Amino acid sequence: MDKNINITLKVWRQRGPKEKGKFETYQLKNVFQGASFLEMLDILNEQLINEGKDPVVFDHDCREGICGMCSLYVNGHPHGPATGATTCQLYMRRFHDGETITIEPWRSAGFPIIRDLMVDRSAYDKIIQAGGFVSVNTGGVPDANAIPIPKKNADLAMDAAACIGCGACAAACKNGSAMLFVSAKVSQLALLPQGRVEASRRAKAMLAKMDELGFGNCTNTRACEAECPKKISVSNIARLNREFISAKLKD
Amino acid sequence: MTDINSKIPEGPLAEKWKNYKAHQKLVNPANKRHLDVIVVGTGLAGASAAATLAEQGFNVLDFCIQDSPRRAHSIAAQGGINAAKNYQNDGDSVYRLFYDTIKGGDYRAREANVYRLAEVSSNIIDQCVAQGVPFAREYGGLLDNRSFGGVQVSRTFYARGQTGQQLLLGAYSALSRQIGKGKVKMYTRHEMVDLVIVDGRARGIITRNLITGKLERYAAHAVVLATGGYVNTFFLSTNAMASNGSAAWQCFKKGAYFANPCMVQIHPTCIPVHGDFQSKLTLMSESLRNDGRIWVPKKLEDAKALQAGTKKGKDIPEEDRDYYLERRYPAFGNLVPRDVASRAAKERCDAGFGVNNTGLAVFLDFNEAIQRMGKEAVTQKYGNLFDMYQEITDENPYETPMMIYPALHYSMGGLWVDYELETSIPGLFAIGECNFSDHGANRLGASALMQGLADGYFVLPYTIQNYLSDQIQVPRFKTDAPEFAEAEKSIQARINKLMGIQGKESVDSIHKKLGHIMWEYIGMARDAEGLKKAIEELKALKKEFWTNVHIPGKGDDQNIELEKALRLADFIEIGSLMAHDALDRAESCGGHFRTEHQTEEGEALRHDDKFMYVSCWEYKGEDEDPVMNKEMLNYQFVVPMTRNYKK
Repeated sequence: MDKNINITLKVWRQRGPKEKGKFETYQLKNVFQGASFLEMLDILNEQLINEGKDPVVFDHDCREGICGMCSLYVNGHPHGPATGATTCQLYMRRFHDGETITIEPWRSAGFPIIRDLMVDRSAYDKIIQAGGFVSVNTGGVPDANAIPIPKKNADLAMDAAACIGCGACAAACKNGSAMLFVSAKVSQLALLPQGRVEASRRAKAMLAKMDELGFGNCTNTRACEAECPKKISVSNIARLNREFISAKLKD
Repeated sequence: MTDINSKIPEGPLAEKWKNYKAHQKLVNPANKRHLDVIVVGTGLAGASAAATLAEQGFNVLDFCIQDSPRRAHSIAAQGGINAAKNYQNDGDSVYRLFYDTIKGGDYRAREANVYRLAEVSSNIIDQCVAQGVPFAREYGGLLDNRSFGGVQVSRTFYARGQTGQQLLLGAYSALSRQIGKGKVKMYTRHEMVDLVIVDGRARGIITRNLITGKLERYAAHAVVLATGGYVNTFFLSTNAMASNGSAAWQCFKKGAYFANPCMVQIHPTCIPVHGDFQSKLTLMSESLRNDGRIWVPKKLEDAKALQAGTKKGKDIPEEDRDYYLERRYPAFGNLVPRDVASRAAKERCDAGFGVNNTGLAVFLDFNEAIQRMGKEAVTQKYGNLFDMYQEITDENPYETPMMIYPALHYSMGGLWVDYELETSIPGLFAIGECNFSDHGANRLGASALMQGLADGYFVLPYTIQNYLSDQIQVPRFKTDAPEFAEAEKSIQARINKLMGIQGKESVDSIHKKLGHIMWEYIGMARDAEGLKKAIEELKALKKEFWTNVHIPGKGDDQNIELEKALRLADFIEIGSLMAHDALDRAESCGGHFRTEHQTEEGEALRHDDKFMYVSCWEYKGEDEDPVMNKEMLNYQFVVPMTRNYKK
């Protein structure tokens, strides 16, 4: 049964990208365990505002685990201790009375800190802009049922397409690699006949952009897969590598 | 009263859009690159419009408040998207989709717009498949469909429980392609705070950079608003935290009509409210009603035991369960439209049959479905929704029935637009949820995605050219024009005023008060007395806000409380306009239910003789009451009838 708990928070506070940050400690009393983690941060902010202090800045929006806006390292894990869930879908029943919870922003070269727990993830958009699409314009496309697609492929594509672009994979990776993110998009489109046409070009362009933006490479530690809130599989990385190698061989 | 011209083309219903396209003015390719279009928003409507306009050759400036265009709240739509493909060979057609939508909207939508929507619905599915959207498929490799509330065919295309996400990512990928090509200039973390009008035409916007706090000016030949709905007025809703009505509201204050503001949708299947700290309500997809059965106990003593926690849902024997939707509406059963399902839940809970500790919940039960289809098939279809429910409530829906209750979800009302999706301000267009056009008084499930993409991919990119074609001689605007300076000055003054209040209440605490007033008087059931009271209470709340809100930090810096305060100031005024509109509309239709106007059986009672119109509200000044103009709805092709989902 959910009850009320008292917790101690150690929260990373940093005014701006270039300023020095530090942990601040806050006490929160009587937090209902049915509250979500972000609702707990709302309670903290309400408390800080009432004390005349600046609230903690963090990214969040849909609060139902799909927009990919929320982030946070909670007790050393991207999106906290729950598996297959974003921070907004993390509930306080995962924590016990008297616990100290450490909250940090994503720490990755690819995601500079903006303020407090908010980071700049525009690098992921740039990777998609480099090739994460099928080059079709609106209109003039064939009927949706013109090309049958095996259910298995459609399902695998959907598994990969479930990526929410939150950045947990790069944040979890000791190399700061965005391979899981890149591979999810490359796989989704390469598995479908519509995206197959430019699969090689896409893989090369997206990987080149990833390297250019300062993300590291993959050394198969699988931390990304373990921390991914959407359980995107590293088999997508294998698929990306095959795609990339065959593209290089054709060059 | 102004005469309102909706510019509906002449001719038979099925020919209107074809005729329009055949005769509209176009902009030639060489001229397109000299024309700039501002799009505000990157949801299904905004992203698809921005991408398509850029593909056509226009220069697009696109704005969003999130850190990436991929995060717009369209992403949270779960169930699916309708299209009149008739792939299932179950008798679907463009006309039937049109008819279902008109009927579902309780005959308060415009026939010509809805028919066009149904017509282009098929193109949307083709387009999305071409983009690589992984829709669900059958073993034969063809697309799968399911059915949704208010219809008797299976025309809903879906991608697991994440259709909105996949469609938005499709539009986002098309948009990203154009950003990469330099045809779209994307501004993330920018919030539109004012519309700039030059010589009577929309020519630009003022934004607040959410990172630096600085006001910025942007000019273009036309402005397209795709900023979504305003149901966060209620504080608790299924919308995202940052979803707001402010951009549309600024346009209203600059002269755009706001249409049917009282028409908001309350979605029947959301996770019930459980505490004061709660920040939002989570929707459980309507698709669950395909296989889940909704019930409350027949006996009051069972309901009392459930409320006290001494009994669980599974303890109530089959014969003591009241499947009230199946009982009241045998033909549609659990798949009645959303407004009907929501009111029926409220009716049972008001009568004391609610099933949780607050008495404000009903059961959605999958026991029968699990026995019929097997647990694996249920997991296949709804697994992610079940997981989500369990994570939030700590209960396993495979074993105990889910508990659900209605919550605010969508606004059918919005900026008034004509057939070309142009507002009453020349050069200002509104698409997607932020306009009012296609859903009448109630939106059917899986129709929001359809409308957003129809507007963005297939309607606006045509109709806007009819406007832009006579703008080709107009040179690019400079943002140092006095109109820009004036708009920036007035928003700066507003920010200074807010920062200067230094009161005692946080923004959220006042927003919660607003939510209570809205839910109490302008929620699922409304009456004249309550609405008048709401108008008075909102006046008082507005005063309280402007004298006692507390915003820490500075105005010209990143400031999350100031962002919320600017939005809340507008929500309070939107709430008041909703009350005025609900008071005027002395009838019940769709999502708008006036308790004085119901049948003996408790169903909505329309008064077509008096209210066959779109209410188009006009802003008259800060402390003046708004004035209503009417766009009469002339049904030429469909005979309005009482909606009947019983047989």
